[in-house]
This record gives sequence, structure tokens and C-alpha cells, in this order.
Amino acid sequence: MRVVRIVMICFAMNFIAAALAVPLSFAGGAITVGEINTYSKLTNFTIPYRNGWRLAVEEINNSGGIGGKKLEVISRDDAGKPGNAVKIAEELVRRDKVALLMGSFFSHVGLALTDFAKRNRVFYLAAEPLSDALVWAKGNRYTFRLRPSTYMQAAMLAEEAAKNPARRWATIAPNYAYGKDAVKSFVRILKAKRPDVQFVAAQWPALFKIDAGSEIQALAKADPQAVYNVTFSGDLAKFVREGKLRGFFKGRFMVSLLTGEPEYLDPLRGEAPEGWLVTGYPWYDIKTRAHTRFLEAYRKKYNDYPRMGSVVGYNMVLAVASMLNRAGDTNTDRMVRAMEGLTFPSPFGPITFRKIDHQSTMGTFVGYTTLKNGKGVMRDWRYADGREYLPGDAEVRSLRPRD
Amino acid sequence: MGPFIVQFLTGLSNASALFLVAAGLSLIFGVSRVVNMAHGSFYMVGAYVAYFAISWLPKGGFWFWGGILIAAVVVGLLGTVVEVLLLRRIYRAPELFMLMATFAVLLVIQDLALWVFGAEDLLGPRAPGLDGSIQILGALMPEYDIALILIAPLVLVGLWFLLNRTRWGVLVRAATEDREMLAALGVNQKRLFTGVFFLGSFLAGLGGAVQLPKGGADLLMDLNVIAAAFVVVVVGGMGSIPGAFLAALILGELTSFGVLFIPQSTLVMMFFVMAVVLVIRPYGLLGKPEGVEHTVSELAQWPLRKASRKLRVTGAVLAAVLLAFPLFAGSFQLILIGEIAMFALACMSLFFITGPGGMVSFGHAAFFGGGAYAAALFVHHVNTPMELALLLAPTCMALLALVIGWFCVRLSGVYLAMLTLAFAQICWAVVCQWGRFTGGDDGVLGIWPSPWAGNEVIFYYLAIIISGGGILALRYLLFTPFGYAMRACRDSRLRAAAIGIHVRRRQWYSFAVAGMFAGLAGGIYVFSKGSVFPYEMSIPRSFDILLSVLLGGIHSLSGPVVGSAAFIGLEDLISRVHFWRLILGSIFILLVVCFPQGIAGYFSARFAKEPGDQEAGSERSG
Amino acid sequence: MTKLLQVDGLYKSFGGVEAVKGVSFDLEEGELLAMIGPNGAGKSTCFNVINGQLTPDRGSVKILGQDTTGMKPHNICALGVGRTFQVTATFPSMTVLENVQMVFLSARGRLSTVHRTVSRLFVEQAMDLLRVVGVESQWARPCGILAYGDLKRVELAMALANRPRLLLMDEPTAGMGIKERLTLMKLIGKIASERAIGVLFTEHDMDVVFAHADRIIVLNHGVLIAQGSPAEVRDNHEVRRIYLGSYAR
Ligand SMILES: Nc1ncnc2c1ncn2[C@@H]1O[C@H](COP(=O)(O)OP(=O)(O)O)[C@@H](O)[C@H]1O
Ligand SMILES: [Mg+2]
Repeated sequence: MRVVRIVMICFAMNFIAAALAVPLSFAGGAITVGEINTYSKLTNFTIPYRNGWRLAVEEINNSGGIGGKKLEVISRDDAGKPGNAVKIAEELVRRDKVALLMGSFFSHVGLALTDFAKRNRVFYLAAEPLSDALVWAKGNRYTFRLRPSTYMQAAMLAEEAAKNPARRWATIAPNYAYGKDAVKSFVRILKAKRPDVQFVAAQWPALFKIDAGSEIQALAKADPQAVYNVTFSGDLAKFVREGKLRGFFKGRFMVSLLTGEPEYLDPLRGEAPEGWLVTGYPWYDIKTRAHTRFLEAYRKKYNDYPRMGSVVGYNMVLAVASMLNRAGDTNTDRMVRAMEGLTFPSPFGPITFRKIDHQSTMGTFVGYTTLKNGKGVMRDWRYADGREYLPGDAEVRSLRPRD
Repeated sequence: MGPFIVQFLTGLSNASALFLVAAGLSLIFGVSRVVNMAHGSFYMVGAYVAYFAISWLPKGGFWFWGGILIAAVVVGLLGTVVEVLLLRRIYRAPELFMLMATFAVLLVIQDLALWVFGAEDLLGPRAPGLDGSIQILGALMPEYDIALILIAPLVLVGLWFLLNRTRWGVLVRAATEDREMLAALGVNQKRLFTGVFFLGSFLAGLGGAVQLPKGGADLLMDLNVIAAAFVVVVVGGMGSIPGAFLAALILGELTSFGVLFIPQSTLVMMFFVMAVVLVIRPYGLLGKPEGVEHTVSELAQWPLRKASRKLRVTGAVLAAVLLAFPLFAGSFQLILIGEIAMFALACMSLFFITGPGGMVSFGHAAFFGGGAYAAALFVHHVNTPMELALLLAPTCMALLALVIGWFCVRLSGVYLAMLTLAFAQICWAVVCQWGRFTGGDDGVLGIWPSPWAGNEVIFYYLAIIISGGGILALRYLLFTPFGYAMRACRDSRLRAAAIGIHVRRRQWYSFAVAGMFAGLAGGIYVFSKGSVFPYEMSIPRSFDILLSVLLGGIHSLSGPVVGSAAFIGLEDLISRVHFWRLILGSIFILLVVCFPQGIAGYFSARFAKEPGDQEAGSERSG
Repeated sequence: MTKLLQVDGLYKSFGGVEAVKGVSFDLEEGELLAMIGPNGAGKSTCFNVINGQLTPDRGSVKILGQDTTGMKPHNICALGVGRTFQVTATFPSMTVLENVQMVFLSARGRLSTVHRTVSRLFVEQAMDLLRVVGVESQWARPCGILAYGDLKRVELAMALANRPRLLLMDEPTAGMGIKERLTLMKLIGKIASERAIGVLFTEHDMDVVFAHADRIIVLNHGVLIAQGSPAEVRDNHEVRRIYLGSYAR
């Protein structure tokens, strides 16, 4: 019987843990929103991200909430499984009666939620997923996306890369949708701007399983003048180290997506590459009022500097709050209408959710990497506003199914 | 010429790294027959400990290698602790429970590592004195890679001496070849196993530490390396250290040149090689066939009983409650119960071949996810109505299972399991890469039920009836000659063949039936989720199913249902808390230690107090 | 007239060990042929080759005139060969009755049946056989918990269930008391003559062998050294020297 008791206790513990973890969602006069992300994986992104949105929630509630109501977030972990994400979404919507859904990191999870939102007519703000399909091929009336998509970020880099005289290009990207999209967009845009370039090699390491030495050798064999890199996180570290040791980067123009973000640049420390054209987040150098205020608040609360994820989380809640203020209530149709064309102030300046494809105009920073005090930083950066890197309206209309 | 040589040398250094992780895994399996899922976790801990040790110790080559050794020893001790506190209690339990226990350790270590080592990726330090490169015919080759190339043969030679020139090593080899004999000789098995676990974990830690200068430490390392390690071990032949070395060499070179000639091959190269090797050599390159002809499956000790009256009543009550459920439950509860039912069918189909059939599959998600994809693709491309898609999904999966099963039933034990894994991974890669047809990683969206079933209550009934029907059908099948023939092949191949049963053919058919029902589960599942992604066919998904089966208990017919309910329920509960893997892992460990026969197995053992004779007697007269 | 079993020049080695070296013999219908020889003489290996468990290195096996060399056990079984093993092999998770039912199901090609449960198929036939071998009282117990002697009888029932023409019995009485041995062998002899089955068996107890065998062949170190009627073999010098020596007091 001892055994039975142990198991009873262990189940009971679970229930208690679960009960504690759920905030009192129906406390008087609160607006409850659901948030889903892959917290148990990709912690280097999700933890700063959670810090970011928590800061925003705190700020909003401290300044009186939304129309007098407190904003409450029920946050759940999808473990990177799209099926789980849908189940959690069902639960949030049906049982917890949340007003809307937001979050997610992986594109496939984001797409699963997009489809869920469409069928169940639930408002969904995708924060991080970069997939172009999210707002275009698979876009729908109920889904919005905050971050600049793969296409936009690739376009920002391609614009700058086109200025470089290099003509023989190679690409290396993780072998899944994000990598493939990022390469496709970059190649298309660069070729449009520079018909003289040719792509001489395309390497596709498996995500987080890069065999960096072999990949570098394979790239070197094609002898490109410039390389477009999409690998990130642990793959990037290995790529950089092997490339340096094998003298691959010498005399080559390197363009690299996301590499300037502190999440990915900081772990490289003194070995951060120099002179790479990257997108990123030079939080240390951004002196706008909006950003300084955010930076100070973040540092004060967490005693740490923000990462790109922090801004994404922070902006996500800001966007939702502004939308709710504008909509006046939590009716989905009214929320969707309020979100379309909504402009809200963010640490990166004002951001608008386009009516045409529900993509936000949040941008990112484009610049070159360099070493400063033994740490990788961005130099000569500029803020690339998202609205300038989206295709024309006619093209967008053709990409997006009619609602 | 230079670049080719460097590519070749790079392949060698990859092989070295692979060998270091695989050697320990192979050693542990050879002696204790534990399929150690936590091996990758030990590798990861090795990397982290070495990182902190090296940054804490003084600079310099001596201290660098000292730090690596310290890490290996620490991990060795960690492995010893796991062995003494956990595995030692359950050596008598079925092999599959060891798998579950070590998987639990993996989960626990994942969260503990996050907690202790932090979330940020760590870039490994460079090795002092080996931080440059050398010129080889005009191409640069990192010095550390050269060092790595030398380390693996050194370890191989060291292991060879240990195993062939010391008394302890002779005992280890004896244990690898014949456990019974060793027990008969009166050797202290406990101490031997602990020693082997220390050595195996030490090697895993060494592998993780040694790769630091080539990468670093991050929290995904464990899962990323474990599959590769298993592939090397299986290709080389389980328990064979030279085999692991040979396999590492082959795989290292093939992946290195694969990257050069077929850049897209990165997803499947290893699994493809494994499939080819296992099809040609069922026990790996240097593995020895186990005496499968004579070993009686441990599962054969559990007779299959018809439902007792108590269980029938329970079942009927459960069915009634489920049918009346929509009257009083909220809509989310309906969805949750529906999901449990669908998942239970997938689990039942795996249980069907794993329990009574004696064939463990590590790749069952190929059929579950495959069914989901089959249904989704029919709907997406040719607008098939849901009803037809639900017929086509199991049909397609039965065909797929016939193809895959044809190869797999030629093998047995872990080799069979790994071959199913290889095929599942190949199917997964096809789905990922063939974006035009399958949607690739972006999946297939918009697969919702026909309008008449769109209502959640109706869909609930649909899910319950299809899943429940499938589960009962599989259950019934076990009592028909079809199921008995399969069980006969598990119980004794020798006897089965002697009475005229075509063993492989029976297993082949059973495999196809299991694939078919998993396909049915996947088919209905996709309509409940509305979308399907390659994840549903991936290795983690296969393990979800396998773990649920084990959770419920492999000896009990109601195990899959109980296991599925427990798994989905737990997953739902704990996704609200941080460190849920720690909790899940702890629960698994508790279960394994307290209920080695699984939840349902435990209860059925308690219920079935009446002597078997009586029950069977009443059956026959009735 | 074709012989029931013809073994011709059989060779089989395991790695370096030559277990069987050029063994030839044959067997008539209704005949009880005993194969004797010390442990390790190669008897079980011969059995395994005959029923298809092993493929011989050289030589041939013919059953009812058909060359079965290299055929699989399940195909050889279908020709009418029943077999028992030195170390009993049954289905431990099934009851005694079900074990015998399995043979009927297999012999009648009913293994793919999915519309009826086993509990209703061939029950009477299987019970009859259990009565013949004398374990009917045990019918509902799983084989996994049966006493060894009873297991041997269950194996006999299983071997008989598909109406074999040839019965291969590797030490059918091992582990039994002397009385039980004699009754069992008497039973086997009776069945063999009633049904005109040819029986090839091995046996260590010489009393049993000389009392029941129609003919005896003697193996030593894989070589067939003598064959003939019990009386002939008893008088054979070589046999006495290398084999019976250890038995003769
Ligand atoms: N599967 C096997 N592998 C290796 N050697 C074997 C095998 N089977 C039998 N032998 C060897 O062949 C010889 C004959 O064995 P066996 O036929 O079992 O003898 P018997 O049945 O007369 O006692 C013995 O030396 C035995 O060790
Ligand atoms: Mg023998």
C-alpha cells in the first residue's frame, strides 16, 4: 500500500503544482489572454522573451490596466509540439476563456495556431515565428504577426549586400523551412538587384547538428567570394570557429541573418566574427527616448540587459494592450478590426499592423559586426523599418488567400 | 587534392567524436543490456562540467586536459550514482523498463542542467597549444582535429587493453557474451555492472568534454547526440567496441563527404546507412547474433487472460461514462478525452506488436504521423471527404508497414527497434524535404472534419467510436488465431516453426496490422488538430507513444489505454509549470521503481487473485 | 517403395567443431529407430538438420522421397513431420490446451482467422490428444508453470497433432523416472504402430532403448559406427568398447 500512497502523493503534488501555476484568471475585472511558447526548449530565447512580456504586463497594470481592467496572462509551454500547442489553445479558449492568443517561437507551431485561429475565429498574435507563410500563403483574418518575417530580414540584408562587388555567392542554412525560406528570399532579391551574381553552392546542415568542419570544406571547395549564412545558435558558434580555424572567412564577404542579436552574438564572446553584415539588436548603442526608457526599466527589474527576445515579448504585450484599448472590448471581430492599421509606440519607435496582410512594420537593425572590449557588437548599424522591406500591395494580395 | 584530404581528415575527426560517445553506450549495453537513453545527457553534463572546470583551473595545456579528465570522472561518478540508486533496483524488470528509467533520467537531467548551468549557450575554450591550424597541400586543417583523430584510436587501444589484459576486462567480456555463465561462476555482478556503468559514463563525459574546442555546451546536446550514438552502436554491432570504431569511421566519412556531394543529405545520411547495414547484416558490422532461438522472451511469462467479469463491468461502466460525457463535461474536456482516445489507439497498436508480438518499435510515429499525413494529403490535394480519408489513411499505412515490416521482421530485439527507427527517420526526412507535395516543415493546414462532424460533441463521439472500436478490434484480434500465432512466435520461435508456423510471415502481417491501426489513429487525429507537421513522424513522437505504452504496462491489455490517459493527462497538467520535465521524469522514475509492471499491470495483478484454472474453466464450459 | 526418411552423407560443423561427419541411415513407416551415442555425439544436430532447423554442409535428407535438404522447418512440418526437443519448447504464455490447439490451427491453415476466437476452435480434438498423452487434467494451466515431465507429454501431443508420418523425438523421456519412461515409450510405440508413424528418437536409458526400439543406430563423435537390430548392436564390439562400456556395469 505504501506504493499506492507514494503515487497518490505524487499525483496530488501535480495537481497542487498545476493549481498554483494557474493565475486566478477570473479575478474581478481582468482581461485574460493566453500565451503559448516553447519554454522548455530554446531557453536562450524564451527566457528573455518572458522577461520582456512580464515587464510590459507589469507596466500596463501599474498604470491602471486597460480601461480599468487588469491584464492577465496565462502562459503555457508547448514543448515545441504543434499538437500540444493546439490542445493548449483549445484549453485556453474553451476553459480559461481567454480573450486572445499570442506567442510561439517555432514556425510550425505558429502555423498550427494560425490554422486554429482561423477555424475557431480566435484572435492570434504570432510574436516570433518568422515563416512567410504565416501571413501570406497561409495567412488569415484572425492572425497577426509581430516580428519582421524571414522575407523582410532577408530583404534588408540583400539590399545592403547588393552594394558589395562580390559576384560568386554561396549559402548555408539549416535544413528546414526557416533556412530554406531565408535562402530563397535572399537569392531572389539579390538577383533582382544584381543580375550579375551567381550562386555557386548551397549547404544544408541539419538544424543544431551541423558538421561545421565538413560544411566549411564543402563551401571552400566552391570558392565563393561571399557567403550568406542562416545558421544560428549552437550551429553558428561551430560554424564561426571552424571557419576561422580553416581560414575560410579571410577575404570573403559574410552576410548573416540574426547573428547580431545578443542571443546569438554574445555567446561567441571574443570570437565573434568581425566585418559580417548582420541583422541584430545593438541595445547598447540605441539612444532613442523610447528605447532608453525600456532599457532602464528592464535593467532595473531583471538586473540584466535585454535580448531581441525581450523586445519581442515586450512589444507583443504592448501591441495587444493598444489593440484592446482601441477595440474597447474583447469581441474577436472588433479586436481584429482594431488591430488592422493599429499603430503603437514601441522601444523601436512606432509600429503599425498592416491591414493588407496583418504583418507588423516592426523592423530590425542592420549593420556590421566588430569586436569591442572582447565582445561582439554591431557597428555602422541603422534601423531598417519593416514597412520598407515588404513587397508591393499587388504582390501581397496575390500571395495571400482571400478571407 | 588538398581539400579532399582535409575533407577526409575532417571526416576522421568526426568519427573520433562519434566513437567516444558510442563506445560507452556499447559497453554498457553489452554487459547490462541497458539501452541507456541518458547517455546523451551524460555527454552534455561532461561538456558543461569541463567548461566550468577549465575556466576555473589555471590556464595552460596541462590544466586544460586536467579539466577534461575531471569532467569525465565527474560524469562517471554521476553514472555510478544513477546505476546504484535506480537501475540496480530494476535489472530484473523487462528490458523496456530500463529504457523508460533511463529516459526519465534524461528528462530530469535536462531540467537540472538548465537550472545548474543556465540557459545560455557556452562557447567552448580552445585547447592551449592546439588552437591553430596546419597547412595540408594548401588547405588549412585545425590542429585540434588532428588531436581528435589521435584520441579515438588511443581510447580504443586503452579499452582493448582493459578488456583483454585485465581480470576485470575478461569478466566484462564474459558478461557480454554470456550472462548466465557469469552468474554461475559466482562473480559479483553488481559490482561489475557498477564498474561498467562508471566506465561507460566516463567515456560519455569524455566525449562531451573533448568536443568543447569544436563547439561548446548547450542544452540541446543530449538529444542531438543520442540518436547518432545509437546509430553508431547499432551499425557496429551492439556491445562490440571495435565495431563501434569501424562504424564511427564509416559514418564519419560518409557524412563528411555526403555534405560535399549531396548537401541535403544531412537529415538522413546516418539513418540511411544504418538501414542499409541492418538489412544486409542483421547484427551490425561486427555484432554477434544473440541466441534468439533459445532465449524465451521475458514477456512470455505473462499469460493473456480474457477480461475478468470485474474488468468487463469496469469497461462497460467506462464506456457508458464516456458516451454520457458530453452531458456534463465542458467542451475542452471532450477534446482532451478525445485526444486520449486517439492516442490510446496509437498506443494499443504499438502494444499489439510490442507486448504480445515481442517486437519493439522505436519508429511507430512513422505510421501514426504517416496516417495523419496520408489523410491530410488526400484532403489537401484531391479534396477527399473525411470519411474516405479515414479509410485511406489506415490502408496506406498498412501498405507502408508491409514494406517496412518486410525488412524489420528479419531482425529482433534492439536491432529491430533501431531499424524501425531508421525507416521512420527516412519517412520523416522525405516529408520534410518533399515540400512541394507534403508542405515540408510548414505542414499541411486546414484539415478539418466534414461539416456534419464539425460540432465538437459529434466529433467527440466519432473519435471515441473509431478509437474505441480500433482498440477493441485489436484486443479481439489477440484472442483469435491471428493474435495467437503472433504470440506463439514471440513465445518460442523454435516451437512455432516446428509446428509449421511461418514465423517471419506471421510477424510481418502483425506489423502491418499494427501500422494500419496506428494509421487510423493518425487519420482521426489530424482532423482533430486541423494541421499536421513533420513532428508527428519524428523520433520524439515515437518515444511519446512508446513511453505511454510502458507507462501503462506492457503485460496488461488495458495498459495502452491507462498509459495514454496518464501520459496525455500529465502532459496537460504539467505544461503549466516550469521544470515540468523534472516532474515528469521523477514520476517515471517512481513508477519504474514502484510498479515495474506498469500502472495497469500493477492493478490487474492485484485484481487477478482468482486462480487462472477456475477462470479458464468457466470460459470453456460457457 | 519409397522410404519414409533417407539421410545420406550428412556433414555439419560449427566453426571448428565437426558435429556430424557423413551420417547416412533410413527409416521405414511404423518403425521405431533409436539413435544412441554419448553426449556431444551429434544426435541433436542430426535432428536439427532433418527438421530444417539447420542446413547441412553436405549430404541430403529425403522425406517420403522428397528432397528436403535446406528447406525451412515450417515447410518440413507441413510434409508431416512432428518434433519434440531435448530442451522442451512450448508456448509458455498459453495453456496446455491452447498449445495443442495451435498445432491444429497451423496444420489446417487457420492462422489468419480473425473472425473467431481460439477458445472455440479445435477444442475437442485437442482435448482428445491430451487424453491420449495423459495430461488432460492439466489442460487449463499455462505451460510456463508446468512440471517438466508434463511438458514433455504436451510436446508429444503437439508433435502428434498434425497427424505426422514421421516423429522426431530428442530425448523424449529425459527427466522422468524409470517407470514413467517405460510407460511413455510404450505409449509412443503403440501410437506409432496404430498410425503407421515412423519414429526416430534418442534415449540415454539403454533398458528403454533395447526394450522398445525396432532398430538402433549408434553415433560417436559425429560418425555412425553401427546400426542394426538391438541384438546386433548389443553384440557389436566397437559399440561395446566405446559406448556401452560406460553403461555396462
Ligand atoms: N549451435 C551450436 N554451435 C556450436 N556448436 C554446437 C552447436 N550445436 C551443437 N554444437 C556442438 O556440436 C557437437 C554435437 O552436439 P549435439 O548434436 O548437441 O550432441 P548430442 O545431441 O549428441 O549430445 C557438440 O560438440 C556441441 O558442442
Ligand atoms: Mg542432444
